[in-house]
Amino acid sequence: MRTDLAGISLKNPLIAASGTFGFGQEFGEYFDPGILGAIATKGLTLEPRMGNRGRRIHETPAGMMNSIGLQNPSVAVFIAEELPRMRSYGTEIIANVGGAGIEDYEEAIELLEATDISIIELNISCPNVKEGGMAFGIRCSSARRIVRAIRRCCTKKLMVKLSPNAENIVDMAYTCAEEGADALSLVNTFNALAIDIENRRPVFNNVTAGLSGPAIKPIALRMVYEVAKAVDLPVVGIGGISNWKDAVEYIMAGATAVQVGTANFVDPLTMPKIIEGMQLYMKREGIQNLSEIRGIIGGNHG
Amino acid sequence: MENKGYREFPVISNEAVVENIYRMDLGGDFIAEPGQFFMLRSKGAGPLLSRPLSICDISQGYLTFLYAVVGEGTAILSRKRPGDAVQLLGPLGNSYKVKSERKTALIGGGIGIAPLLYIAKTAEIKPDIYLGFRDAPFFEKEFEAYAGKLQIATETGGVGYRGFVTDIRNWDDYDELFACGPMPMLKALSRKVVDCELYLSLEAHMACGIGACLGCAVETVHGMKRVCKDGPIFSAKELIL
Repeated sequence: MRTDLAGISLKNPLIAASGTFGFGQEFGEYFDPGILGAIATKGLTLEPRMGNRGRRIHETPAGMMNSIGLQNPSVAVFIAEELPRMRSYGTEIIANVGGAGIEDYEEAIELLEATDISIIELNISCPNVKEGGMAFGIRCSSARRIVRAIRRCCTKKLMVKLSPNAENIVDMAYTCAEEGADALSLVNTFNALAIDIENRRPVFNNVTAGLSGPAIKPIALRMVYEVAKAVDLPVVGIGGISNWKDAVEYIMAGATAVQVGTANFVDPLTMPKIIEGMQLYMKREGIQNLSEIRGIIGGNHG
Repeated sequence: MENKGYREFPVISNEAVVENIYRMDLGGDFIAEPGQFFMLRSKGAGPLLSRPLSICDISQGYLTFLYAVVGEGTAILSRKRPGDAVQLLGPLGNSYKVKSERKTALIGGGIGIAPLLYIAKTAEIKPDIYLGFRDAPFFEKEFEAYAGKLQIATETGGVGYRGFVTDIRNWDDYDELFACGPMPMLKALSRKVVDCELYLSLEAHMACGIGACLGCAVETVHGMKRVCKDGPIFSAKELIL
């Protein structure tokens, strides 16, 4: 299942999605994280963040909403304390980077430039922080500014994580491609609302929060399909993948690789089960390489 | 890596002990520390996420949960019949032990009494136990064998002390207190206790139960901590409630 992602060779196309896998340690109690294609770190920012107060999790039909607010120890602490341990897993580590302003992003990238990490995932799609985050991921003009600035200082492979809340996801993808992104990952969570009717107020302090899980899968899959068809960049599919069949659907829609998020919360062994299921499926279908089915439903990645 | 994730266990019994409060016994040889919890769910249709339930008791061949029906997930659990299976992840979280050299009281409010039973049962010396209820007490008889002194409070005054369990007495003549219950009760207790060590077992909305989602974070003097992984038991001195 070896997969080439923008020139980086992954042992398989299964990537743990940012914010759902911590820095791998918790899952190490359940399986060897080294079997994964890659791990995207918890969203990192230049300064440490304590995250949001109040309710952070709310369950919805076939999904969940979260408003964590990029709680993380900072890029510097990540590099000093988490990265060495993550390196010992023997899998690709993708640093997911967020920020409040372009300068924050630039400084964070500069710190990561000094490490042996090969892929940066630029988070311009977090709906749960007041400034930055998703603000860059709605309009193409803002996305253009940030991707251009980061491309200038980033020699690593640059994967831009897109928001499904973008005004037009395909235009957004074109914009990132024009500004030199090496890959795109989509989608982050859908901005959503839940109301506590007993107390007559929103469930979350920030009013809205990010919806994820199986509920969003068909919409996310459609977006991945449209982007993969339109843009000549590797696309990493994210959104509601819970089992190997979901993962295969994303590959058939044109995704080079996939990320598993919310399903890691539902069952810590989701990802090993997906890898095993995909292997069995490929064997049964006589598929040697996923490129044989990638984008097979139509588009230019077939 | 000996932890194998969710495993299935058979329901031995699942009965209401009072309106909306259920006792569920699951068959199996369980090993866990007092104060820990499991993530619990029913197989098949139902909510995406599991429900964290604290260990109420462990006996030879079975594990007991005491839980309140608060939403769809717990309603589905309440309809499980003997022979049905539920899936469990755990035991999870930290634990609490009553030590012989410390004069200790356990204080529970409502469904927060659940973890106190196994804590009392595994104690080195019988702790005093104080249980508070809104109206009708439930499950209180189970505590009799393991309590030094057992005192009940009800807000309606129907049984025992009339009022909040936190107001029963001055707590400072104990060396140590362990409390579990609704947040207003825990806050009230934190304000009252001056001169003894107070440990609080917290409840929180959580997605994963293993420390990954950060959904159950609480603010402490040492920054944000996870109820599922760093807790559920915290020193009151550490918490910013």
